[in-house]
Amino acid sequence: MTYSLNFAAVWRSFDLLLEGLALSLGLAVVAILAGCVLGLITAFGLVSKSVLLRKPAGLYVTVIRNTPILVLILFTYFALPELGVRLGKIESFVLTLAVYSGAYLAEVFRGGLIAVPPGQREAGLAIGLTEMQIRTSIIIPLMLRNVLPSLGSTMISLFKDTSLAAAIAVPELTFEARKINVETFRVIETWIVASCLYVATCSLLAALMRGVERRLAVPR
Amino acid sequence: MDFAFLDQLWLARIPLLKGLGVSISISFLSIAVGTVLGVFVGLALTYGYRPLQWVVRGYTDFIRGTPVLVLVLASYYVLSTVGIDLGPFQAGILALAVFCSSHVGELVRGALQSIPKGQTEAAKAIGLTFPQTFAYVLGPQALRQALPAWVNTAAEMVKASTLLSIIGVAELLLRTQELISRTFMSLEFYFFAGFLYFVINYGIERFGRFVERKTAVPS
Repeated sequence: MTYSLNFAAVWRSFDLLLEGLALSLGLAVVAILAGCVLGLITAFGLVSKSVLLRKPAGLYVTVIRNTPILVLILFTYFALPELGVRLGKIESFVLTLAVYSGAYLAEVFRGGLIAVPPGQREAGLAIGLTEMQIRTSIIIPLMLRNVLPSLGSTMISLFKDTSLAAAIAVPELTFEARKINVETFRVIETWIVASCLYVATCSLLAALMRGVERRLAVPR
Repeated sequence: MDFAFLDQLWLARIPLLKGLGVSISISFLSIAVGTVLGVFVGLALTYGYRPLQWVVRGYTDFIRGTPVLVLVLASYYVLSTVGIDLGPFQAGILALAVFCSSHVGELVRGALQSIPKGQTEAAKAIGLTFPQTFAYVLGPQALRQALPAWVNTAAEMVKASTLLSIIGVAELLLRTQELISRTFMSLEFYFFAGFLYFVINYGIERFGRFVERKTAVPS
């Protein structure tokens, strides 16, 4: 092996990688926020007493969780136009990731909802709150505290899934890394730098979530 | 879906079946290799000497912080750059196995650490050596703990096998894409591929629940 590492070419296009990373983060944030809303609604469906809500919610979660995300991405981008839904690359990817994350977050939230003691709801009823007020001001905050650890790891793995946007040529980090690869032939260096950027971002997100967890921990 | 699709599906049955076969072998090989590697990773994380623990912790954290697609691309392009030409299939399996090993490693570590200390002490008290303690006391209990999560990881690996289409391995998704570029039936064929993956993964998920019920500690 006569390969000597030379990072100069990668540093020259480092701003491209950073732009890619920024786009990756942006995609993840928008998709996960939408996914949280979708997941929350679905979670309430999953724990609902009505079969009419429980079955469709369960179907959505099962189907999405058992289908590879790459298939979903390609389906949304290439097959939906046949049905008349024509979306740009970025919109299409964000939609897919939102729907995908919604299914995973629904499971996370469902676990948290079950863990909220029924007495909390009854107490809310006793002081005259409506069902909706009980949900927004009692159950959701308590549930969020329950699920913080798994919410954190789900978010991190969804952030990593943004790399798949490269498959439909969204210029995020992985796509930019491939481009630099092709232009400079500095294959090893590019992948080392790109991986380090991902690892650093994930560690940062993990640390951030641990901080939030500590702040919101139930005092003992 | 109309009959034109069924015609095309019938015409394409051989490549699709071949693709499915490749997908299954990718999943199977990467799970097998990843699990063996992962058991060692988990053992090193739990019982290794400090410096070994740091090295292995670094390895798992790095792998877990990197997207699988990046692992796949890096494995394929980096290895061929340094002159190890594995071909896309082997390079892809290597990447997936490494990814799988970091997950299995964490599973094994979690399972081993959840076994109460008293179990090891009791084994010591009746004079078992460490290998014996592991084989008779810790291993079986850890297996029961880790098995349901391991089945989930298996389903993850089936889904991750689709990523090998990007480096040109002719698995189910790439075969599907080839068919679509010929027939222009993207809706039908992506739907069909998605359906096949769903069936496989749903089967694995149900199997996982079954294993969980069977191996649960009776209470």
